[in-house]
Amino acid sequence: MNDIVKRFPGILANDKVSLEVEEGEIHCLLGENGAGKSTLMNILYGLYHHDSGEIYLRGKKVEYSGPGDAIKNGIGMVHQHFMLIPVFTVLENLILGTEPVKGISIDVARSERELSEISKKYGMDVNLRACVKDISVGMQQRVEILKLLYRGAEIMIFDEPTAILTPQEIEELYKVMRSLREKGKTIIFITHKLKEVMEISDRVTVLRDGRVIQVVDTKSTNTRDLARMMVGREVLFATERPEMEPGAEILRVEDLRAKDKRGNMALKGLSLSVRQGEIVGIAGVDGNGQTELVELLTGLRKSESGSIFLGGKEMRHKSSREFLKAGTAHIPEDRLLRGLILDFPLYENMVLGFEDEKPFARGIFLDFKRVREWAAKLVAAFDVRTPNVGVLAGTLSGGNQQKAVLAREFARNPKILVASQPTRGLDVGAIEFIHQQIMNAKKQGKGVLLVSLDLGEIMNLSDRILVIYEGKIIAEFQAGKATEAEIGFMMAGGGKER
Amino acid sequence: MKKGQLYSIFVERESVFGLLKAFMAVLFSLVVVGVILLLTGYKPLPVFGSLFDGAFGSLRRVGESLVSTTPLIFSSLGFLVAYRCGLFNIGLEGQITVGGIAAAFFGYALPTMPPILHVTICILAGALAGGFWGFIPGYLKAKFGVHEVIGVIMLNNIAFKIAAYLVSMNGPMKDRVDAMPASPFIKESARIVRIIPGTRLHWGIFLAIVTAFVLSIYLFKTRSGFKIRAVGKNRYAAEALGISVRKNIILALALSGALGGMAGAVEILGVHYRLFAAFSPGYGFDAIAVALLGMVHPIGVLASAYLFGILRSGSILMQATFGVNKDMVSVITGVIVLFMGMSAPIGVLVKNRINRKSHGSIH
Repeated sequence: MNDIVKRFPGILANDKVSLEVEEGEIHCLLGENGAGKSTLMNILYGLYHHDSGEIYLRGKKVEYSGPGDAIKNGIGMVHQHFMLIPVFTVLENLILGTEPVKGISIDVARSERELSEISKKYGMDVNLRACVKDISVGMQQRVEILKLLYRGAEIMIFDEPTAILTPQEIEELYKVMRSLREKGKTIIFITHKLKEVMEISDRVTVLRDGRVIQVVDTKSTNTRDLARMMVGREVLFATERPEMEPGAEILRVEDLRAKDKRGNMALKGLSLSVRQGEIVGIAGVDGNGQTELVELLTGLRKSESGSIFLGGKEMRHKSSREFLKAGTAHIPEDRLLRGLILDFPLYENMVLGFEDEKPFARGIFLDFKRVREWAAKLVAAFDVRTPNVGVLAGTLSGGNQQKAVLAREFARNPKILVASQPTRGLDVGAIEFIHQQIMNAKKQGKGVLLVSLDLGEIMNLSDRILVIYEGKIIAEFQAGKATEAEIGFMMAGGGKER
Repeated sequence: MKKGQLYSIFVERESVFGLLKAFMAVLFSLVVVGVILLLTGYKPLPVFGSLFDGAFGSLRRVGESLVSTTPLIFSSLGFLVAYRCGLFNIGLEGQITVGGIAAAFFGYALPTMPPILHVTICILAGALAGGFWGFIPGYLKAKFGVHEVIGVIMLNNIAFKIAAYLVSMNGPMKDRVDAMPASPFIKESARIVRIIPGTRLHWGIFLAIVTAFVLSIYLFKTRSGFKIRAVGKNRYAAEALGISVRKNIILALALSGALGGMAGAVEILGVHYRLFAAFSPGYGFDAIAVALLGMVHPIGVLASAYLFGILRSGSILMQATFGVNKDMVSVITGVIVLFMGMSAPIGVLVKNRINRKSHGSIH
């Protein structure tokens, strides 16, 4: 790709970007959110049309008008959000759109044979007859990869494939990627995680602010240098943890039992407590009751039994509004769903939950002039990068969206902060910023309950680490007193027979 | 007040795009109808001419277009309040009907009193009745998860049957003197004064316009309107941020119904002066098209309601002169709804398509 330029209204997303990828290599495209990685790949995949510049494939110039043409040229893309139909089987999803036909019916047997050959060849075990909605996220991703192979992709673009995977699934994905490389496929791997770059790639192209900063061989670099290229300055990897004597207990949960949305028991007698000036981390594998716990602590779910005390006040069966009033701030695990209204401008998002409070509420009216001023202040304080506060929240990058959520939630001056996956899918710069803010909350004497699937994050920030397994806290560690292996063992339920 | 502040009451960010889309939708619907007319052996231009003539040809005709514009404004405002909360209220026809019943009843049953007072009471009664008719499906949805579309369709039918029963032979609201299946005439003091003698145009049109502005301020400047819009755009975020989804669903549907009720009340008090079954010729259903064409914005709705008023009254002359069934107008309505449902103005879509073709192939 040569001198690619792509302009969006108000933003130059790609400024003369050139990218060269060799056949049979794993090439990393590294950059922060908003650096222009995804834009570049969407151009290669034909979703966007570039304003200027050229694309060459095996020396030949190509022009295309849509993804269809890219697919014909052997380019495939695994998107962050899967394009699968949940109620169809794996097989049905795979052949959808390219079904081999026999008369008026689909030649299921043939496609099944072909697909199991492909999956064997690349060492990808998939149950073709399972329903997509019943298989794990890692498996679904595998189905996406298989789909590309089935359609004859030679160049495969992976758009931040690890963001949604557990550590074990990531290992599996690496295996698959290596086997693809062995078979001569070319992989372009979009990421902002340095560890992954070092682990899997052959070469790296670093993007920043829509420009190529450098192209390096992975062997001849290290994470520190890559981080500097990516962010443009030195990056702190571990946030400094100030030692503080925790204050009075602010949140206490006793013997909490609750069902998940399917009606199965998700929490089976969970107890914990958080004190002022303390960060309590909840470590665990996804699906062990974390989501339900957070929903209970923010008034979004009703418990079956047990109690929640917030500053000594019983909060069982209270609404989300009452939780907010009692001093809870919530960083939801899915900021796009629960954190922001994407079709609202930023300033309207910043007043959510404050709309009935002074000085914004004036009689029945909402003083939008004040709201805008206030939003502008928050945006500046939390370094949310946006042209102005009138842009729709949905147009911001993930990191900036999360900063906006954080700005609003901290503005509540909460007693307790319930943060669920606060840095999921974010880049190094944004993660560093958010970790610092969480530390600040602790310094100000707030209680923090940190729920994360990222064990590194938990270990980095928490004063106490609780391990959740099948809806119960099964182990507790003091900061710095446990290794990753010990905690990981408990996360897998290892201490059950304790 | 700064420019930015007034901004949203009148237009929204996407509105330039929307305006283009609306304009293209109208244009295209006329083209489609023109083609149909050609195929069925009519000359489109004279037929459109008579449509135009029927809407603007005389003072009376201009008045008639505005007469049907009035209930269309109210009912489409009703539709858009619910729509802004993420709800699809196709029950406005029923809400208009109960609003009309209430207004007619208080119009003839109450003793003569100062007109301002009497008209106000009747309109409020209509709004309350319609509001109640909207509250029921709202409550059912909030409490039991009954889909609002199901709820309002049921209530539509109930409203139609009640109206028919009330004015049927021996019905409780049936006029004892007149043989027609209608209620007694409302008192003089309950009638909305007509603006221009010789036309049926009454002051209700101004009430409708004022209501549109009030609603715009409500939606875009008040706390309550903000909450309704928040629930409409993302109910999960609204819920997490302490905005009650249930309350706002009920509120939006009740408000929606109240506006429908006002449409019915004003129609009875300003045009018919008495209740008969099916006094609304489908204003509640047209409301959907009107609201969508008006970019679900109260001010946009004023323009699109007038367009539909023109079509309604113009079609009468069109039918009389050329024998083209006046239902041809509903083809226009249908095509408009279809095009407004598209992601982009039809012209832009076509242009993209052509661009794609001309960019040529790959190999």
